[in-house]
Amino acid sequence: MSELKKRMVELEVLRYDPEQDSEPRFQKYEVMCNEEWVVLDALNAVKETIDPTLAYRWSCHMAVCGSCGMMVNGEPKLSCHAFLRDYVGQVIRVEPLANFPIERDLVTVADDFINKLKRVKPYIIPKEKKPISEGEYKQTPAQLMKYRQFSMCINCMLCYAACPEYSLQPQFIGPAAITLAHRYNLDSRDAGRDQRQEVIATNEGVWECSFVGACSEVCPKAVDPAGALQQVKVASTIDWFKEHLLPGGKS
Amino acid sequence: MSRKPYVREVSKTGWYLKHPRYMRYMSREITCIPIGAFALLLVCAMERLSHGQAAFDSFMAAIAGPGGFIGMLIVLLFATYNATNWFNVTPKAMPVQIGEEFLAGKYIVGAHYAVWAIASLVVLLFAGV
Repeated sequence: MSELKKRMVELEVLRYDPEQDSEPRFQKYEVMCNEEWVVLDALNAVKETIDPTLAYRWSCHMAVCGSCGMMVNGEPKLSCHAFLRDYVGQVIRVEPLANFPIERDLVTVADDFINKLKRVKPYIIPKEKKPISEGEYKQTPAQLMKYRQFSMCINCMLCYAACPEYSLQPQFIGPAAITLAHRYNLDSRDAGRDQRQEVIATNEGVWECSFVGACSEVCPKAVDPAGALQQVKVASTIDWFKEHLLPGGKS
Repeated sequence: MSRKPYVREVSKTGWYLKHPRYMRYMSREITCIPIGAFALLLVCAMERLSHGQAAFDSFMAAIAGPGGFIGMLIVLLFATYNATNWFNVTPKAMPVQIGEEFLAGKYIVGAHYAVWAIASLVVLLFAGV
């Protein structure tokens, strides 16, 4: 077996210590890395061998948990999915996810997203609950495929970091939360659409989106939040026409 | 340990210069200006028409010539750029599910181009071209 190739990687990491700093500052590190490593491995090497005070979130190291989102050379990335081989000859600049307040170093405050996620009720709200003895809520493969793509969201918040609407209008419910609302609205076992529409079919909901499409470009799981939001717009528009133009429409 | 989250300021006017994808978005959005100007021109044409044939003819004569032609060409280019941008993203907004599969996006996009071509032909026929 051939020996693993190694090379020196130069990192510029945004540091912020709320107890010492009035504003963030960049700190340079040079660290020996294996060629096949990802940015997260390089950060781990820095923490283990150079600077144990560096703070960042990570967990699974396999693009599933959604914890290690960061800006890598200005692009929202899962740092466990950003390969060093794609940055050969470059200084790799690592910053906390854009559009979120910085708690410390590369750790952001995710409260805003978590609160918005709660507001859209991202869980199945059955029309009527039935006892376990009556068996499972069944679904055909076609009914599953209707929402499956949108269920792949891992709440990594890269879409929020890419979204200029969210950066300019922080009240915007945002791509992932609306996409997950749409995912449950499309689920044949769910009857909670009316409750979610009160949150997402609003000015701070889907109508804040002007379809930049950046959310879908950066999504590491190919969820296509931009598509979900446009579908919510179409469905909400149909609701409006039904309500205002059809006789007997709800007011 | 005290908390003191740091909020990074976002430029309200220069944000779209930060990434090519934002520039692409703005280039799409800015097409509304010449298209809006053309819509205004149509309104003016209708207003002149309401004053009779002679008023309309003099209006048409005023916008004829190389300047008018170049203006129309610019509007056509911007409108084409706008339309193709939107047509190409229609599969996102209106996916068509057939059983367990989704219809390939190229058919949805293609249908839009086909309707566009047919509508253009009908307009040209009405215009007597």
